[in-house]
Amino acid sequence: MQVTMTVNGEEVTREIEGRLLLVHFLRDHLQLTGTHWGCDTSNCGTCVVWLDGEPVKSCTVLAAMAGGHEVRTVEGLEQHGELDPIQRGFMECHGLQCGFCTPGMMMTARALLDRNPDPSDEEIREAISGQICRCTGYATIVRSIRWAAAEQAGTRTTAEEPERTVAPADAPGPAVASASGSAS
Amino acid sequence: MTTVAANGHRTAFVDNDGKPNGHGRMLRKEDPRFVRGRGRYVDDLQLPGMLHLAILRSPLAHARILSVDTTLAEAHPKVRLVVTGAMLAEKGLAWMPTLSNDVQAVLATDKVRFQGQEVAFVVAEDRYAARDALELIDVEYEPLDAVIDVRTALSPEAPVIRDDLEGKADNHVFDWETGDAAATDEVFRRADVVVSQDIVYPRVHPAPMETCGAVADYDAVDGKLTLWSTTQAPHAHRTLYAIVAGLPEHKIRVVSPDIGGGFGNKVPIYPGYVCAIVGSLLTGKPVKWMEDRAENLISTGFARDYIMRGEIAATREGRILAIRTHVLADHGAFNGVAAPVKYPAGFFGVFTGSYDLEAAYCKMTAVYTNKAPGGVAYACSFRITEAVYLVERIVDCLADELRMDPIELRMKNFIRPEQFPYRTKTGWVYDSGNYAPTMELAKQLAGYDELRAEQAEKRARGEIMGIGVSFFTEAVGAGPRKDMDILGLGMADGCELRVHPTGKAVVRLSVQSQGQGHETTFAQIVAEELGIPPQDIEVVHGDTDQTPFGLGTYGSRSTPVSGAAAALVARKVRDKARLIASGMLEVSVADLEWEKGSFTVAGDPNASVSIQDIAMRAHGAGDLPEGVEGGLEAQICYNPENLTYPHGAYICVVDIDPGTAKVTVRRFVAVDDCGTRINPMIIEGQVHGGLTDGVGMALMEMIAFDEDGNCLSGSLMDYLIPTALEVPDWETGFTVTPSPHHPIGAKGVGESATVGSPPAIVNAVVDALSPFGIRHADMPLTPSRVWEAMQGRPLPPI
Repeated sequence: MQVTMTVNGEEVTREIEGRLLLVHFLRDHLQLTGTHWGCDTSNCGTCVVWLDGEPVKSCTVLAAMAGGHEVRTVEGLEQHGELDPIQRGFMECHGLQCGFCTPGMMMTARALLDRNPDPSDEEIREAISGQICRCTGYATIVRSIRWAAAEQAGTRTTAEEPERTVAPADAPGPAVASASGSAS
Repeated sequence: MTTVAANGHRTAFVDNDGKPNGHGRMLRKEDPRFVRGRGRYVDDLQLPGMLHLAILRSPLAHARILSVDTTLAEAHPKVRLVVTGAMLAEKGLAWMPTLSNDVQAVLATDKVRFQGQEVAFVVAEDRYAARDALELIDVEYEPLDAVIDVRTALSPEAPVIRDDLEGKADNHVFDWETGDAAATDEVFRRADVVVSQDIVYPRVHPAPMETCGAVADYDAVDGKLTLWSTTQAPHAHRTLYAIVAGLPEHKIRVVSPDIGGGFGNKVPIYPGYVCAIVGSLLTGKPVKWMEDRAENLISTGFARDYIMRGEIAATREGRILAIRTHVLADHGAFNGVAAPVKYPAGFFGVFTGSYDLEAAYCKMTAVYTNKAPGGVAYACSFRITEAVYLVERIVDCLADELRMDPIELRMKNFIRPEQFPYRTKTGWVYDSGNYAPTMELAKQLAGYDELRAEQAEKRARGEIMGIGVSFFTEAVGAGPRKDMDILGLGMADGCELRVHPTGKAVVRLSVQSQGQGHETTFAQIVAEELGIPPQDIEVVHGDTDQTPFGLGTYGSRSTPVSGAAAALVARKVRDKARLIASGMLEVSVADLEWEKGSFTVAGDPNASVSIQDIAMRAHGAGDLPEGVEGGLEAQICYNPENLTYPHGAYICVVDIDPGTAKVTVRRFVAVDDCGTRINPMIIEGQVHGGLTDGVGMALMEMIAFDEDGNCLSGSLMDYLIPTALEVPDWETGFTVTPSPHHPIGAKGVGESATVGSPPAIVNAVVDALSPFGIRHADMPLTPSRVWEAMQGRPLPPI
């Protein structure tokens, strides 16, 4: 069958099998490999894209069902050569390690900030709770999304430091973390 | 020496601004591609004419194969190739060596030995057609009794799983012991207090978000095989493919591109990789194999599966004297453990933990069962996860027996700073450590005394709150090569560094990142030594044609081994740069002072040349000092003299819902000491990830089987992994005790939190349940299991 949809603002038409999943349509037919596939059961969320502005798991949508609709993927987050604040937030706050869940996380996060520009930590955790990250432990993802919220609200302060790892308050100073005699 | 850093990440703060720098916070160089969706994972690869491979797997745990009929599958219009075990046997490829000197079937010929075992494969024009064709293969099985309960695997009635091994009449894999049995028994005989506890570490799975897969591309004209695969050890894999497939090693290129998480799952060679190679050899086309999630969970490298009996002997005052343990290890159908060959139980020998003991002894028996092979995956540092869980659980049992605070008991027994290097009673030489300040900092960050007061108040009101403590010492960074090898390949790592004429550099590593940020950390290591900004240093890794030989990334070994190699190769380049600088400045080398990035004549600050100036001279037209070759590059192979021994103190606070028995991890404080800290941002990320693994293992994750050997955890609906709602906002701290033998004092950290967190969480849950008379409960502490415990009923065995 033939399917036509708008992907990241461009209309595309392809001949496909009726059973083809949207995730495989994007990856194998359009070479948009930023959207990933990670499970058989719609649990992991590495495949999240937008369908008409709403995040969906593209492993659970047939490409045929997206016909006539608008799809946005991670490749469409960057606009006019400018990274989305979400993308910058993930880099600034170490919101990713292996990068596999990252596109899906960022699509969900962008959707969250569009309807709730100043979410609480709890609201962020709830929003991404249908997705799994095996690397980060989520705290840095929460910080990344808050960074983006502050950035786009213009309330981010440059003095802010995302890491919170602390040393003993009574530590002898002024030692630095790399004071191990590495230079010879 | 211990340097306790005062807000170290702030004083060492460096941003991505291109100033000369080295260690310190730096944003990751790999992230710009990842946030744009331009990572390059194996499944992203699309080659012209590429075909797709799918594997038919056994539905039974133990059965004889009577016949395999592929006629209908071969008739499928999109199918190009169907291969069975019998066909592979004709080519001598039906069996392959495992990383622990056993053999494993690539495709089953005689019997299937676990549910999910590979039986046949199909190569077709697209991935859907390949799956369709699997349905058309008809396999006739004669079911056999399965060996599922490890406790009965050695009984005389148990069916023999490995009748493929000549003369094999039972399911025994190996016996292993360490320590001094007689001395330990003697200490136990005279001890005031002896506490024993049966402890199970259930089978779990790393379940990286990217499953395993490969694209094999054999070029028949030049005889070269290129294999893009999800491997944590591309060089070791290449050598093994050369041995198994008989291809000459220089005609094999293994590429490990971006990897979507490894955690040990991507260390072994899986039958699927070999099938992809065979598929490409036979079709002459590139062949892609990507497993689905069920295949990943039921057939690839699991972790843990130790049934342990722990015993601890102490004085009445709380002086720990000895630890004794017996372990029954489930190795599945093939011994696929990926550990140094002289260490069949991995580094379990560090079960003596962080304590100064008089004696210790362990006896282990490993058996075959009708379950998937594997055994050391999931960020365990070669079985240290099991060892730390054992010692930290049994120490808590002792604290309970002595009515002593668990922190006080640990502090009383720590190895003291002046005892390092410390040789344990099982022969491990801990390189450095200073445990008390780490424990104190955790206590302080947690507000431990206030937490105990809060707990007392809540108990009085009938609320259920627990506080758990763990303290771990890890042993990471295998080799040394004289002791440690994998199938005869010494565990050392190479590194090459080349400085280009304009002063930019490329460093080539034998290790490979699965998310650890090597492109950043290794650039920083070289930058610190050479003064070239990390932005000007390209890190090349994960391609055997582009990098020197080495054993790869697992067991937290990249920084301890390859990090040392990177620092030393940079110093080697710096030594050469010094010679060239002496010529440029017309002084003797002894008169030159190195300040990061330049050589200056002593006493003449204006007479100075930068590393960039030197690089241009090294490649330029002018004369070089007598005996100095042109170019500015070096290579080394680093053989570590010892492992590195990071440590940490963790405190966990849990609340248990009295109505549902659901455990909530309210707070988690982790203080880690991994020696010199290269990039604190990345270290914090590694710790956070491991803590989340710990919550998963302690509360949610288990690969379970029914009595027939059906795997009950073959999807992410059944194998539960923590989401953002199951974990707290982590609280982290650090101390710095450099490794004395590592060139920059760094120790590994990638697995510390996975090792250290499960006992802290379980200890917290047991502490919460102590008013119910509970002293121990086996993982995973799911609501139903905790509920049983709260009703005073014994927990169902794992």
